[in-house]
Amino acid sequence: MTRMTVPALSIRNLTKQYDNGFSALKGIDIDVAEGDFFALLGPNGAGKSTTIGIICSLVRKTGGTVKIFGRDIDTEFSQAKKDIGVVPQEFNFNMFEKPLDILVTQAGYYGLPRALAAQRAEKYLRVLDLWDKRNVPSRMLSGGMKRRLMIARALVHEPRLLILDEPTAGVDIELRRSMWDFLRDINARGTTIILTTHYLEEAESLCRNIAIIDHGEIIQNTGMKLLLKSLQREVFIFDTRGTIAALPDLGPFAGRLIDEHSFEVEVEKSESLNSLFTHLTAQGVEIVSMRNRANRLEELFVSLVASSAGREEGRA
Amino acid sequence: MSSYEKWVAFVTILTREVRRFVRIWPQTLLPPAITITLYFIIFGTLIGPRIGAMSGFTYIEFVAPGLIMMSVITNSYGNVVSSFYGAKWGKSVEELLVSPVPNYIILTGFVMGGVARGLSVGLIVTLLSLFFTRLQLEHVVITCTVVFLTSVLFSLAGFINAVFAKSFDDISIVPTFVLTPLTYLGGVFYSTSLLPSFWGTVSHLNPILYMVNAFRYGMLGISDIDTGIALLIIVGFILALWVFSMHLLRTSKGLRS
Repeated sequence: MTRMTVPALSIRNLTKQYDNGFSALKGIDIDVAEGDFFALLGPNGAGKSTTIGIICSLVRKTGGTVKIFGRDIDTEFSQAKKDIGVVPQEFNFNMFEKPLDILVTQAGYYGLPRALAAQRAEKYLRVLDLWDKRNVPSRMLSGGMKRRLMIARALVHEPRLLILDEPTAGVDIELRRSMWDFLRDINARGTTIILTTHYLEEAESLCRNIAIIDHGEIIQNTGMKLLLKSLQREVFIFDTRGTIAALPDLGPFAGRLIDEHSFEVEVEKSESLNSLFTHLTAQGVEIVSMRNRANRLEELFVSLVASSAGREEGRA
Repeated sequence: MSSYEKWVAFVTILTREVRRFVRIWPQTLLPPAITITLYFIIFGTLIGPRIGAMSGFTYIEFVAPGLIMMSVITNSYGNVVSSFYGAKWGKSVEELLVSPVPNYIILTGFVMGGVARGLSVGLIVTLLSLFFTRLQLEHVVITCTVVFLTSVLFSLAGFINAVFAKSFDDISIVPTFVLTPLTYLGGVFYSTSLLPSFWGTVSHLNPILYMVNAFRYGMLGISDIDTGIALLIIVGFILALWVFSMHLLRTSKGLRS
């Protein structure tokens, strides 16, 4: 017997038209299963932030429905909102307040009594390595600390659905990786996560399902693995141990010399790399490392968005 | 949210508001104390004795209730307009807008924050006035009711100003060009019986006149207008501003696009 589960997020025919006539969303449908790690990607102005704004009621929708764990944000807004935690793209806490006060206050907005709010604040400030800064005015925190503070604030009422809008924008690589580990951990503990990001490597590394939005329409909504499987061609860069004066014979593969220590090769999905290595070994070319020229998701993203732009121009 | 959770949310907003104006007391509590002390020195001690009695009281006794009310009005208004606009400008208002707190709790929290500051300043000014004059309290209930309702009314007005404001200039325009003239012409420093009949009638269009006089009636037992009418007008304004504020919270593009 199959158990029917309620999606963490269910969006149906969501539309948003601004007063100037611009249609930011043209009737999108999205379902995010409970426990999922979901990426919502799209170029700037595609409709990602509008969608997130509507989910957390900072933007008024024109039409359609949004349900959080089966609860409509219009008719059961109180319970629906309790289940959401939001980490916005821009810093939106009071810079004059201290991290501890910010978290305790936020917990109070969700009805948590002060003693429990203080416990939760300590828990999440410690988890996000901000406890030592709990009484420092927030404006004194570094950029990375401010990002972590917003994550701690979003978690203080322990929502079932966490929405992160560009959480690692402007964050250095070390901190970004530690935030990935943290997000993976809370997702493993059962929190559903929806992520928007410009770092496609981030989406590929973290998310199991993905929707790509462009010009207010969903142009792709599938599993990450399925999407990556649809990639027809990849470009690899090979680094050689010795110097090479010209591009080696690559047999059936097309390629290009980059410099005297590296070259790139285009590989179709149907082709095996074994024959390429055989060719190179026969010529005495020793490969010390290889990597994708671009992130695989990035390749797909660019091609999907380009096709979408083509369709938009066709309509115009 | 359950009733208890709503209560917690309300107390949270109110606590944050009170902590804000206490934290920046040199900007919020000290200036009105200094200003009003100067008023008492100039109008009460230096000029007052030359003016003579007004409505049967010394001039300082007459102006004291008006000065207290003036402090309550400007500080109730100023607290909500600066706090809510500041939260809007810094986007921290989004913390509230994404939370499950109902709009009426948000509004009540900010308004009670304004009332807390208005009444705190009112108390400070009242205590300071004791250095200059002996205060009477003829009708305690009327005095407390009028000062509380007036504080609520101007906190609501400050909230509406903050929702419409698009810059920090916008939050000073109303206090400077509307509130201050209406307060000064609202019978704080004189009885309308001194005015020519035409200007006396015009003065009755000024809502602050009713509040100042109702408060003065509570303290001294004298008034230029009927206290019952004054209370009705104050309550009427509160209801109208409350309905409008709730409408703005639901629909304003200044809060939700």
